[in-house]
Amino acid sequence: MGEIWEGLVAGFWLLITLDADLVDITLRSLQVTLTAVVIASAMGLPLGAWLAIRRFRSRRTVIALLNALMGLPPVVVGLIVYLMLSRSGPFGVFGLLFTPTAMIIAQVIIITPLIASIAHQAMRDIWAEYHDLLISLSTSHWQRIRTLLWDGRRALITAALAGFGRAIGEVGAIMIVGGNIDQATRVLTTAIALETGKGDFALALGLGFVLIGLAMTVNLIIHMVGRTEREGKW
Amino acid sequence: MVTPILPATLSGAFVKRRGKTLLGPIDLTLSDTGCTIIMGPNGAGKTKLLRALHGVERLATGQMTWQVPLEAAQTQQAFVFQQPIMLRRTVQENLAYPLRLSGIGRAAAMTEAATWAARVGLGDALDRAAPRLSGGEKQKLALARALIRKPQIVFLDEPCANLDGPATREIERLLQEAQAQGTRIVMATHDVGQARRLADEVVFLMHGQIIEEGPAAAFFADPQTPQARAHLKGDIVE
Repeated sequence: MGEIWEGLVAGFWLLITLDADLVDITLRSLQVTLTAVVIASAMGLPLGAWLAIRRFRSRRTVIALLNALMGLPPVVVGLIVYLMLSRSGPFGVFGLLFTPTAMIIAQVIIITPLIASIAHQAMRDIWAEYHDLLISLSTSHWQRIRTLLWDGRRALITAALAGFGRAIGEVGAIMIVGGNIDQATRVLTTAIALETGKGDFALALGLGFVLIGLAMTVNLIIHMVGRTEREGKW
Repeated sequence: MVTPILPATLSGAFVKRRGKTLLGPIDLTLSDTGCTIIMGPNGAGKTKLLRALHGVERLATGQMTWQVPLEAAQTQQAFVFQQPIMLRRTVQENLAYPLRLSGIGRAAAMTEAATWAARVGLGDALDRAAPRLSGGEKQKLALARALIRKPQIVFLDEPCANLDGPATREIERLLQEAQAQGTRIVMATHDVGQARRLADEVVFLMHGQIIEEGPAAAFFADPQTPQARAHLKGDIVE
């Protein structure tokens, strides 16, 4: 109990003194995670809408696969991305291993299925509602996807936030491909793992509380900007 | 100058599900003017026929032939569903949607949408969420959205089924205005009074087949089939 209290105090202290390391780590966490969420959303949201409106032979298999991929073990993803980006790997020539870019790649792989799958569920419901109208208006596939994405944007914010939540708290994959290098690839989760390993539980907890606060703040900001709970108007 | 898509002919049409025939055989020609009312008891196939004519129902056999290629004909049609489908947008955005699909700029589409909203009595509701409108308002919006692209033909599936008297009268007024401006109307209804008020010709369906069709005056004065006679009298027709 005492360690939790000390953690709270440490976190509070780090925040009010705007500790340089904390700011650096926090900004990197945000940069990596938000970039991954943007890229994964750009791929996952249209994919979810496309799966909702298209009928093709292996559609059910693709959806089942997508749902299964939501549970991808991050450590395995990290290992595979590591092998791909290592010097002897197919993409080793780009020199991306142990950079924030490698961390973003790993996070994109982890959260894209999650975002696409949640988006698909939401788009499927709207498509069931809109189907006859959009068919009757002779809309193209692209127009249908755009319509679903726009009209379902509030549900899609939830999908993106789920991806954000998974990515911001992810440690296994980014530890492997990022290497947790100080001033280069260290983020909040890897810093917490490091401080825990060193036995500095108070600092680890402090960072943990900052991480929780950061996740909640981003969620609240997105909800407010997206006006998800606004009544009476779309 | 828009090329006329009418007259159009549905020939040898069957709609089937799992081997069961739901509609057909249907052979029907839609002339280029007037109002055709499709009548018949529940389950007769009125909705299926409308959807087949509009091209949103897959035909097992047969085809719909317009005066222009199908793709061009589709842009000149509109459909109003029994349960109006509202986009999760404002009234004005719902009205602007078909125009935006046609490539009209947002500002022009929104202006035209406001004009149409005023025309159907929704001028004060431009910013309201369309899904929150009342049943009558939704149906007026759906009709205005169908007419906003000035289609040559509009299909309506019992648009007044759940509406009260004033709302029904309003919808009928809008339909008559559209018809006066040259829009071809094809509507399903089992409201005999409404059919009498609007129809130029009547198609009477039973068990997925047309058992009687012809000019409205002759149909209402002297129906040729016992089923049509019973239906007009208000009897249960099986």
